This record gives sequence, C-alpha cells and structure tokens, in this order.
Amino acid sequence: MDQLFQHLVNMLVLGGTYALLGIGLTLIFGIMNVVNFTHGILYTFGAYMMFIAVHQLGLNFFVALPVAIVAGWLLGAVIEIVLLRPLRGADIDTTMLVMIGAWIAMQSGALWIWGGVAKSVDTPFPDAPLVIGPVSVSWLRLFVLCAAALLIVLAYALINLTTLGKAMRATFQDADTAALMGVNVCLVYTSTFAIGSSLAAAAGALLGPVYVVFPQMGDLAAVKAFAIVILGGLGNITGAVIGGFILALAEELGAGYVSSGYRDAMGFLIIIAVLIFKPTGLFARAERVG
Amino acid sequence: MIRTLKAASALAFAAAFLASAAHAQTIKIGINEPLTGAFAASGTYVVNGAKIAADEINAKGGVLGKKIELVIEDNKSNPTEAAAVAEKLITRDKTPVLLGAWGSSLTLAVMPKLTEYETPMVVETSSASKITTSGNPYVFRISPPSFVEAAAFKTIVDKLSLKKVDFLVINNDWGRGTAEDFGKMMKEKGINIGLTETMDQNAQDMSAQLAKIKATDSETVIITAAVDQLTLIFKQAAALGFKKRIITTGGSQNPDQIIAQAGAAANDTLHLTTFLPWMPDKTPNPEATNYFISEWKKRGFDFAGCTESFRGYDGIRTIAAAIEKAGKAEPAAIKDALWTIDVKGLNGDIVFKKSGPAGSESGQSFPNVYLVEIADGKVVMKDL
Repeated sequence: MDQLFQHLVNMLVLGGTYALLGIGLTLIFGIMNVVNFTHGILYTFGAYMMFIAVHQLGLNFFVALPVAIVAGWLLGAVIEIVLLRPLRGADIDTTMLVMIGAWIAMQSGALWIWGGVAKSVDTPFPDAPLVIGPVSVSWLRLFVLCAAALLIVLAYALINLTTLGKAMRATFQDADTAALMGVNVCLVYTSTFAIGSSLAAAAGALLGPVYVVFPQMGDLAAVKAFAIVILGGLGNITGAVIGGFILALAEELGAGYVSSGYRDAMGFLIIIAVLIFKPTGLFARAERVG
Repeated sequence: MIRTLKAASALAFAAAFLASAAHAQTIKIGINEPLTGAFAASGTYVVNGAKIAADEINAKGGVLGKKIELVIEDNKSNPTEAAAVAEKLITRDKTPVLLGAWGSSLTLAVMPKLTEYETPMVVETSSASKITTSGNPYVFRISPPSFVEAAAFKTIVDKLSLKKVDFLVINNDWGRGTAEDFGKMMKEKGINIGLTETMDQNAQDMSAQLAKIKATDSETVIITAAVDQLTLIFKQAAALGFKKRIITTGGSQNPDQIIAQAGAAANDTLHLTTFLPWMPDKTPNPEATNYFISEWKKRGFDFAGCTESFRGYDGIRTIAAAIEKAGKAEPAAIKDALWTIDVKGLNGDIVFKKSGPAGSESGQSFPNVYLVEIADGKVVMKDL
C-alpha cells in the first residue's frame, strides 16, 4: 500500500511535465497542423538555456527559468519565420521533411556546441526530500509540479480568454475568413508556434535540473509528447493535460506492478488501444461540419 | 547538367584515390565508439584515451617505421550503427584491426562482421560474458567480463555481510548479463536474491523502479548502468528517501562525475571499478599511470573521464604491440600476434588467454577489479 502511494505521487510529478510537453505540441501539431519534429529539440534547448543562465551567466535559478522560456519563445518565432512561413500552403509532407531536417541540424548543433557529456544544473532546493508518512518527494520536483500547473493554467487562459487566443482559434478554423475579418494571420501563425515552443522550452528548463542535460534528451520526450497529443485528441488542451497524467500513471503502475523493462512500452500500448477503439483521441473536439 | 555531374564525380573519385594513396604511409586502426546517444560521454573519453596512446607511439617513431592513424567513427550508441561502422571501417578505410565498441550490445552486433571480414577487434569496455564465450576467434577483450567481476566480488561479499540483494540493471546484454553472473555467484554464497528490475538505456526517470525496490526487505541493491544514468538514479533514490546500500558494477561509473553531479546523494555508495586514477601508486603500473594522468590533464580533459579513457589508451597500446610483433599491418598476422603479446597495461598485464569453445576461442585478458567507496565527496578504497 505504501508503495502505491509513492507511485501515485511520482505519477503526479511526472504527469505535470508530460502535460506541459503535450499542450505545447497540441498547439502546433493539433491546431496549426504542423508535424513539429523540433519539439524535442526545443525541450533540449530550454534545458541548455537553463544551464547557461545558471552556470555561465550566474543568474538566480528563479530568474533563469523565465529567461529560458523567453529564449524558447524567440527560437520558436525564428523557426516559424525562417522555415515555416515560406512553406505556408505547402503540403504536410514537405513541411514534415523540413522539420525533420531542422531537428537533425539543431541536435547536431547542440552536440557541436556543448558536447555529448551530460551536464547538471544546480538548484537552490535542499537535497533532503519532503517526507510525509510513507511517501517521499524532492522539493525540486514539487516545485516543478507547481510551476507546470501554473504554466498550464496560463496557456489555457491565453487561448480561451484573450483576443490573441480568439484570433488563433479563428485562424485555424478558417484562415481566409479570419484574414477578411482583419486578423493578422501571419502574426497569429508566428505567435502560436512561438507559444508552443516556449512551453516545450519550459518543460526542458524545469526537467533539465531534475534529470541531466544532454543533446539527445529531447528524443524520448518528443515521442512521449506525440503520444500524449494522440491520446488527448489533436488540438485539445484539456485532453493533453489529462493525456499527460494518464501516460504517467500507466508508466508508474506498469513499471511498479507489471515489468520495469516495459515501462516505456506501457504508454504506447494505451495509445494503440486508443487508436483502435477511439481514433480521434479520448477527448476529441467536436468536428466542425462544412 | 549530367556532364558536370560526371566530371564532379570523377574529380571526387580522383581526390579520394589520391587521399588514400597519401595515407598509405600510415597504419590505420579503426575505432568504433559511441560518440553520440546514451553512451556519448563514455565513448568520447575512450577515444581521447586512444589519441593519447597514438600520439605517444607516434612521438617515439610509430610502428614498423610508420605512424599510426586512428580512423574514428561514431556508432551512435546503436547496435545497428555499430555493425555498419565496422563494415565501413573494414571495407572502405581498409583498417586491418579495430578497437570497440564500448557497450556489450554494440560489440555483439559488430562480432558477425569480424567473422565475415576476418578482422580482429580489441574490445576495451564491454563486459557481457558471452562476448568471449560464443566462439568468435576475432575478439580480444581487455576489460573484465561480468563473471570475472563477480568472481573478484566473491572474495569481498563476506566482509560486506550481504543477506539479500536486489538488482537494478540496464536492459541490455551488459545489464542482464551482470544480473545473471552476480546472481549465480551470490546464490553459491547463500545470499538471497530479491527483485531484478531493469531500465531502458535511454530512460531518465527510474523513480518507479526505485520505489519498488525501496519497499522490499533486502538491504543492498546492485546497480549496473553507465555514469549518466547512475547520477540520475542516485538523485532519484535520495529524493525517495532510499536507505539501502548501493553497489555499482561495470567499471563505467566515473565516480568523480557522480560526485560532481549527484553531490551528497552519492555518499556511502560502493563501486566496483577497474582502474584507480585516484591512487596511481596502488595501480600495477604506477609510472605509466602517472604519465597517462598527467597527459590527460595537460590536454585539459576532465579528470572524471580517466576511469573510462584508460581503456582506449590500453587498447591502442595493445594493438600497436600486436602490429609490431606481426611485422605487417594485415588482419590475419595481427590476429595471430595478439595471442603472443604481453603489454604492461594501466590495470595489470595484458595477456590473452583462450576463452570459449575449443577451435574458435576468443582472447580474454584478466585485469584487476577494485572496490572503492564515495565518502564525504571523495573516492577512497573501501577498507575491508
């Protein structure tokens, strides 16, 4: 029983960051319809920015975090303007190939600049964990969970409550009509990609200090982000959040009670099941007719 | 357009031909190591160690009057790539001998290529027992297989008074082989074996496995993984309030990197290693060890890498000795010469003994194994 509580706490902590990864990608993949292979490298980028801000610029941990997120936002905007803007209207395969190229180039760039040896980021949190009864959790991970929750709420508010959010939703429903209504469609595309990228960078900046930072760290994260998006339904923010927690739960319980060797397979078994029985995802949006 | 393409390819071909002709004055040694992917840190250290050996040998006039040239390729920590790299090194670069491929799964993937092209390889790091017991006569290993590690550990277990142990191992040939060999040895000693948990080589979150092991009634856990994953395990174990004694195996722990990255979480952990850069005077070959460490530092490399890089250094010196003895840089001659060499390695004499089925034995050298402890952020010999 004690072990179960520990697994559930682990699930909460892991699920928060999965959710963050998932909503970043669901914005870009689900709403913009761009298969974003650079999502993982933006995650890696956020982690490296955190490392640079803390260790090379000497910034405070809590200042470094927004710096890394803004850096991710900027890189996302650059990718959109340089690579995606000229391809607007191109078919999905062309865009996908360009994004795969960008991913490989950026990952090799990270390897070239920072080398393959993993780096770790110092944090101001105490080493000793918080212990409540049989359950123990590190302060850093608790902070990560809270920060992830805050970012999720902010992203949700941005999309559902602001004018920019309304413009985003309008643009991706029908770009031509939105443009006729006076929406600056170009700006909306760039903003959406930049926001999605900043969320990936935020996940990397939060998880870099928890794990270690190395150029390939984003690969597995990206695969999981795609899984979460499929699980939650394309473009569905709430679905991505719940999908993140479901994936974390499946991994924790799968590793704890079935077999740790198949830990990373557990999530994908669920996805196969979802694709067979409910191919639009667990929480699909109602499709617009006509 | 087609004409320019033809001209360009002819030019490229000519350039390649000239380049290979220009290099005919060197003796090539192929290096097949993971420079990216999960084992990037360790593979890079091995390559840097190999370069020190090559420079040292070349400064003394090279081998058979020629300079040695390392042809370094990245196997991306991926067995499929490791086999492709071996094929490329042998067929395109015409290297008569290889060094590689760090991980057991990587080495096992390369081995059929060695048989196919009849080219010997010195295995510097891999520890799965089956590498030298499956009857591949082109394999010459200078690192200890896990059964040798287990045998060395056998003399120590009584003093550690182990009662029941769990295993947490990387889910590949290396990890599973270690769990098997150590498990067998411990059963003979009357020690109970509890859980055997595994983790993917790319996994970053081992909290679920650790939570499961934390809940068992064993007092010790044996962990086999490379340094990056170990650091994460120590941090995550500390976060779970994990109190069991941790012993790591495999010789790829880089205790200094663990101290630097896991901090206090690494205290009181025990590590089976195959090199003692912290106390050169206790190594079998203090003079060579001191030279190697000073050269390593002179090049500005991280001291933490020494426990890994010495394998590359020893590997190249082993290969150079075999080429010298063979009198020519040809695969068959080098393979025969490897059986007759006696190199003063940084961790004991490198002499190959026959291992595996009769008629197609592999070469296995038997280096020393040590148990060190991290105490107050320093590496010390474990007093027993």
